[in-house]
Amino acid sequence: MSLGYEGRKIIGYRREDGRVGVRNHVLILPLDDISNAACEAVANNIKGTIAIPHAYGRLQFGEDLELHFKTIIGTGSNPNIAACVVIGIEPGWTQRVVDGIAATGKPVEGFSIEQNGDLKTIMNASRAAKEMVHYATEIQREECDISELWISTKCGESDTTTGLGANPTVGNMYDKLLPVGITGCFGETSEITGAEHICRRRAVNEEVGDRWYKMWKTYQDEVIFAHQTDDLSDSQPTKGNIAGGLTTIEEKALGNLEKIGRTSMYKEILGPAETPNSGEGLYFMDSSSAAAECVTIMAAGGFVIHTFPTGQGNVIGHPIVPVIKITANPRTIRTMSEHIDVDVSGILRREMTIDQAGDVLIEMICRTANGRNTAAEALGHREFSMTKLYRSA
Amino acid sequence: MAEIPHLLVHNRRDNVGVVVVENLEANTNMLCCITEDNSTFRLTSKMDVPIGHKIALLDLKSGETATKYGEDIGKIVTDVAQGDHVHTHNCKTKRW
Repeated sequence: MSLGYEGRKIIGYRREDGRVGVRNHVLILPLDDISNAACEAVANNIKGTIAIPHAYGRLQFGEDLELHFKTIIGTGSNPNIAACVVIGIEPGWTQRVVDGIAATGKPVEGFSIEQNGDLKTIMNASRAAKEMVHYATEIQREECDISELWISTKCGESDTTTGLGANPTVGNMYDKLLPVGITGCFGETSEITGAEHICRRRAVNEEVGDRWYKMWKTYQDEVIFAHQTDDLSDSQPTKGNIAGGLTTIEEKALGNLEKIGRTSMYKEILGPAETPNSGEGLYFMDSSSAAAECVTIMAAGGFVIHTFPTGQGNVIGHPIVPVIKITANPRTIRTMSEHIDVDVSGILRREMTIDQAGDVLIEMICRTANGRNTAAEALGHREFSMTKLYRSA
Repeated sequence: MAEIPHLLVHNRRDNVGVVVVENLEANTNMLCCITEDNSTFRLTSKMDVPIGHKIALLDLKSGETATKYGEDIGKIVTDVAQGDHVHTHNCKTKRW
């Protein structure tokens, strides 16, 4: 089935560590919430840079703090970033982020605000950012193999058409491209509830499946049941899901799992924002089902393109990762076409097969990798949302 | 398939199908298609049902399991007639 995509080329940015990016951003990265203003000022001063303000980074501790670092360092390390300025309130944690990103070999410089103030920090960081823009804009795209792409997926504002059309389209893409050698990622731990028996069987072996089940069960016990106030029928499925015709969490979960196709099996389980280190293949990332949180930690894990099937029309994007929207819902095409990159509503009319839809998606992945801006990029969607494990100290 | 189907069914074992056209009205002689093998059948809708929502393929008694994708998606909690709308008012998860 992979025949036809073996040896397919895209043009991407070859980074110092060998990874392939599809965008070439100069990132102005705040370590913490109180450095957002300085980062936004730098991004305003220096054209061709992007700041990603966020809500956290102070008084976190333990596993939650480690996830914060993993998310920040991972985002800066993503191959879609050419070079990175880091700004934090104090030098210690700022340097930890700089060192983490520097491990990729890309240019990175850190600035801290204490004893400098915003204005001096902004001036110094702006000078560094300007040099990085000169550096980044001279990097040329070069021919890379499609197998070098890291492609993640998560669906949102799902309805019954998602399970009939858009998710099987993503699944068909994985069934075709994973054998060619791409690295893939799905997740949404809470949304597998109702199909956990099936997901467990989609691991490459029983040992991985058992570990997956334990991870899912821990989440279910420690998060869902520990904080449950009602029967959860109002939040899973969501109001949007229910309006779209999804009735139960089981129905939603079965549709969700269509994203891994018919033959794809996951080889390993990743923690939130964790970078895969066992080579090509499909990974499950323990992640929230909230769109922005999930895409953010998958991007931090190193994925450079995100495929996002939607039913009722989720509008999410990400600051540095192109998010490709796919829908099979003809009403969403009619009412929200500006958000949709790939229209597979022909599946519902039986004018298009899942196999054809998978090919259409792969073409869009290649075009996006080659530089086509997605609907979310054109519309300026830059959602960057940290996953928080518990209250800060 | 020249005529566009009104209702899609994932699996032969399913007892519910999904409306895939807008503005489906009661008493429509629906063309239904089972996607796993592309086979078709006819069924009459008993009410107006929005796109994306489900319709019972058979009479379903309270307590019966609703089946979609060939899998258990919850339990029927009020008797449903063939052609009726199936949603949160008559079908619930078995989880919580």
